[in-house]
Parts: sequence; structure tokens; C-alpha cells
Amino acid sequence: MGALTLSNVTKSFGATEVIAGVDLNVEHGEFCVFVGPSGCGKSTLLRMIAGLEDVSSGEVAIDGARINELAPAKREIAMVFQSYALYPHLTVRDNMGLALKQAGTPRAEIAAATGKAAQMLGLEPLMARRPAELSGGQRQRVAIGRAIVRRPKLFLFDEPLSNLDAALRVATRIEIARLHRELGATMIYVTHDQVEAMTLADKIVVLRAGRVEQVGRPMDLYNDPGNTFVAGFIGSPQMNFLKAGSLGLRSDLMGIRPEHLAISAEAGQIGGQIEGRISHVEKLGGETLVYVLTEDHGLLTVRLFGEHDYAVDATVWLSPDPARAFHFDADGLRLRG
Amino acid sequence: MSARHSTARSIAAHAILILYTVIALFPVFVIVVNSLKSRRAIFAEPLALPTRETFDLVGYRTVLAQGDFLQYFQNSMIVTCASLFFVLLFGAMAAFALSEYRFRGNALMGLYLALGIMIPIRLGTVAILQMMVASGLVNTLTALILVYTAQGLPLAVFILSEFMRGVSDDLKNAGRIDGLSEYTIFFRLVLPLVRPAMATVAVFTMIPIWNDLWFPLILAPSEATKTITLGSQVFIGQFVTNWNAVLAALGLAIVPVLILYLIFSRQLIRGITAGAVK
Repeated sequence: MGALTLSNVTKSFGATEVIAGVDLNVEHGEFCVFVGPSGCGKSTLLRMIAGLEDVSSGEVAIDGARINELAPAKREIAMVFQSYALYPHLTVRDNMGLALKQAGTPRAEIAAATGKAAQMLGLEPLMARRPAELSGGQRQRVAIGRAIVRRPKLFLFDEPLSNLDAALRVATRIEIARLHRELGATMIYVTHDQVEAMTLADKIVVLRAGRVEQVGRPMDLYNDPGNTFVAGFIGSPQMNFLKAGSLGLRSDLMGIRPEHLAISAEAGQIGGQIEGRISHVEKLGGETLVYVLTEDHGLLTVRLFGEHDYAVDATVWLSPDPARAFHFDADGLRLRG
Repeated sequence: MSARHSTARSIAAHAILILYTVIALFPVFVIVVNSLKSRRAIFAEPLALPTRETFDLVGYRTVLAQGDFLQYFQNSMIVTCASLFFVLLFGAMAAFALSEYRFRGNALMGLYLALGIMIPIRLGTVAILQMMVASGLVNTLTALILVYTAQGLPLAVFILSEFMRGVSDDLKNAGRIDGLSEYTIFFRLVLPLVRPAMATVAVFTMIPIWNDLWFPLILAPSEATKTITLGSQVFIGQFVTNWNAVLAALGLAIVPVLILYLIFSRQLIRGITAGAVK
């Protein structure tokens, strides 16, 4: 088992409140991703779950049992760090087995557990090496292996892919998703990268300034964001926000994703068209991103599938798909219906 | 920038460094050279190398014949090594506490400990002597070890706490999650990573202790507790100075400290942090 419950958890450093009352339920076996811009408190929250930071008030519980006062080693958790944090003086085998050794596990059992984890991650040929003799990707796999060996109730990942290059990041992401399926364990994963959040999560928790903005499944957040922050944070390229007043709408702000803006070289008959000048075009092969500078709404992004030719400085007209638009009030809250 | 330019710069840099080395080593050179010459040759041509006629080991014979010299060496070694050990141990522990834990008065404590760098310990000589008399430690090596430990700690705490702040938090936290005690984290994870800094502190702490004349003279002048620097003074008389013996004693005094330095300087250069964190 490994269900995590946070009830009204707060954290302050002196007078500064970094976590302002977080309530959260993570079911057993769920992959939960904390996502938010840097400084939103997502790493602090993770470290509080790990026991590396004290909880100022509120309760952290695993399987219903309060663990606020428990030392990190007693919480039956394992953590994977951004900087890998392997012990430089130990071999891969000893790095992976250290926690069990500290817990007084019999040697044969440790060997079996490390062997199994190494096999899962393809680390067998590296077992006798020291961290200094490994590449970045290998080090991260060892760090993940070290977590698996403990068979924890809860896996904690603190931006584990940030130090890897782009290709390795995708490969490791898939590897983590596979491990989650195979182990069926509860995982909490912190990232600032919304792509990682969307691809890995069963449940995404969007944080801003120590508060939970919205919790939900990836597609729920994408298709039904509760406010402009979530709408802007989830989805890449970012959602466009149009001043709804100048379009003759009742809301204050209209959000439209770049793929739901149609672009045409001449003014059509449909209403609500926006005139603008192309400031930049990015061709990615599979898709083309057109950046259009408009008078009323600033820079808007249009996403077209396939290859398209547009000249910089050309004047174009954009028309948002009204069925796919999101409406927000002056405070940035979603207006539904 | 062209390669020529950087070659010229590197020649200039090397010239300056070599000049400095020559100046710094010159007194040592004069001592060693003259310790190998006869008394007459020392005064006739102080800068000349020993030749077949002037070569004379009388200084070394005198020093070694004075049976106590081995004792003086031993005293110096004990005092230096023990002080060094305590400075590094307590300095590193205090630095770890200051850099790792948040507690009330942390910054103030750091400042208080660093204050010792600016205030020379010799200003407190009278009080120290009174304390040593009161506790019956006069004429013991313990007195010297205590004073030198106190003398070395401020710089050690200051330098080491800066370095320990640089040790990855993730590594320490990984240790905590794996169930290592704070002592294990300190001794097994943090200390090896700040080894170059420890070596720097060791060198800066060791040399003033080995060379010191002041505290041995005041706190431990007895025959049994004399250090090598104090012991060498017996050859400097009010009217006649046995220069051969003085130079030989000083020449010999360089050797142990040179060996210690060589041991630590290997550590100074060797960085083992690679691979611990990215």
C-alpha cells in the first residue's frame, strides 16, 4: 500500500509562507506530478513528504498513519534527486544496497534485491563501477535503482530528468513510465516541465506560490482549466489570451489554444477576425508555428499542422474557433457555461 | 587572442612566480648551505657552496651529540600533530553545524567564531599563562596543544564552513533517506568531499605552530617539553653563538614540516568530488 494524504499542510521560513495550506489525496498506485514555475514550492512540498523539511502545521499521512514526526529513513519512502546524489566512495552495487544494509537486512536478501533492480534497469555490467565512471544517464538509472531496491511505499522524484540531454530525457521518461506500470507503486514526481507532467501523470497538481491551483487528470486540466494560470501553464505552445472586450464578448479574457486559431491571408466575411502582422515563423517539420503581432492582443501564436509558407511582415487575419475558446473573468477565473 | 599572446603572458607569469620562489627559498638555501660548512667558511664566504676544503658536518654532530634534540623533535611533532588533529576535527564539526543546520543565532555564532581570525591570540598571553598556572598545566605539552587548537580553530571554521556550504544538499539528504546518522553523513559523505579544503587548513595551521617560539618559551620552557624552535636557541648565546649548530638545527627542523606539507599538498591537488554530483 502507499496512499498519501496531506491535510492543510503549511510551511513557513520565519515570516515567509512557502506552502500555504495544501490538501491532497494520492491513491495507492497513482502517479502524481507536482508541476509549477520555479519557486512555487513544489520541491519544498516534496521534501516535507520525505521528512527533509519540518511541517509547520497540518498533517502528512501515509496509509492513514501520521508521519510528521518520523525520520526520513523510517517513512518507507525512496527519493530520486535531480543531481543523482550517488555516494562517490561506493560502487554502484553498494550505492544501491546501502539503505537495506543500514536497515540490517541479511546480505543474501540485499544481493537479491539489488540484482533484481539492476536487471530491471540494465545495470548489471556496471555494478562494480563507481559513480565517477558513469555517464549522466547511467548515474540517473543507478539513482532510480537505489530507490527501487528499498521497495518503498512511496517513490519521490525531484526533477530527475533536468540534468539529462533532450534525447536521454525522453528515453528515461518512458523508462519511468514503464517502471510505474511494472511496480504498481505510488509515485510523486516534481517537475517544472509540463510535457513531463502531461505524459507521466495519472494526476497533476498545479502549484503557484505555495497554493494548489488545480488538481486533475492531464486531459481534464488541458480541456477544462479552472483559471488563466492553469490554462497558460498546461499545453505547449502556451495558450493565447485575447482581450474579450474588443471582440464584443461578455467575458474579460478569452483563451484560445494556438491550434484553434485559423489563419488566412485575406479578410473573410466571418466576424471576430483579428488583423495582425507576422513577426516570426518556426517550421518544425510536423508543425509550423506562426507568431502574429496584433494591435489589441499583443503577440499571438498560431499552430498549423504540416509545412506552410508564410512571409515575415505579411498581414494576416486570425479567427478563433468559438467552440474551443475558454472565457475568464477579470480575476482570471474560468467562466463556465 | 593569438596563441603567441598567451605564450608571452604565460612566460611573464612564470618569470614572476620563479622570481618569487627564488626570493622565498633564498633564506632556506643559505641556512642549508652554511649548515654544511666549517665555521670559518661561514664567515668568509656566506653565499659560497661548500667545497672539499670547507665541507664540515660539525654542526650536525654537535646537534645530534646533544642528546635532547631527538626529544625536542618529538615534542614539536606531538604538539603539531595533536593540535592539527583537534583543529581539523573540531573545526570541521563546527563548520558542518554552521553550514548544515538552521538554528537561532547561527549567523551570530559564525561571526563570533570568525572573530578569532582578527584578534591575535598572543594578546591574551598573560591570561592564558594565569589559566595554565591555575590548572597546573605549565610545562606540559597539553598546554601548548590547547593553545594552538584555539589559535587554529577560527580560520578552520571559517574556511571549512564556506566549503561545506558547497557540498550538495541532495547527497546529504539521500544519506538521511537511506538511514545514515548525521555522524556518518559528516564523516563518510561530507569530509571526503571537502578534503582539499581540509588540506589547505592543515597547511595554514601547521606551519605557524611548528615555527612558534612564543608559547613554548612562556608555557613550556622546561627541558622535557622544549620544542625544536626553542631547543635551537641554546646555541645562541649572549656573547658566543655556535652558528654551525644553530644552522644545522634549523636545517633539520625544516625536514619534518616539509614532509607534512608534501603529504597535504597531494591532497590539495587531488579533487575527488568528480562524479558525486553532476
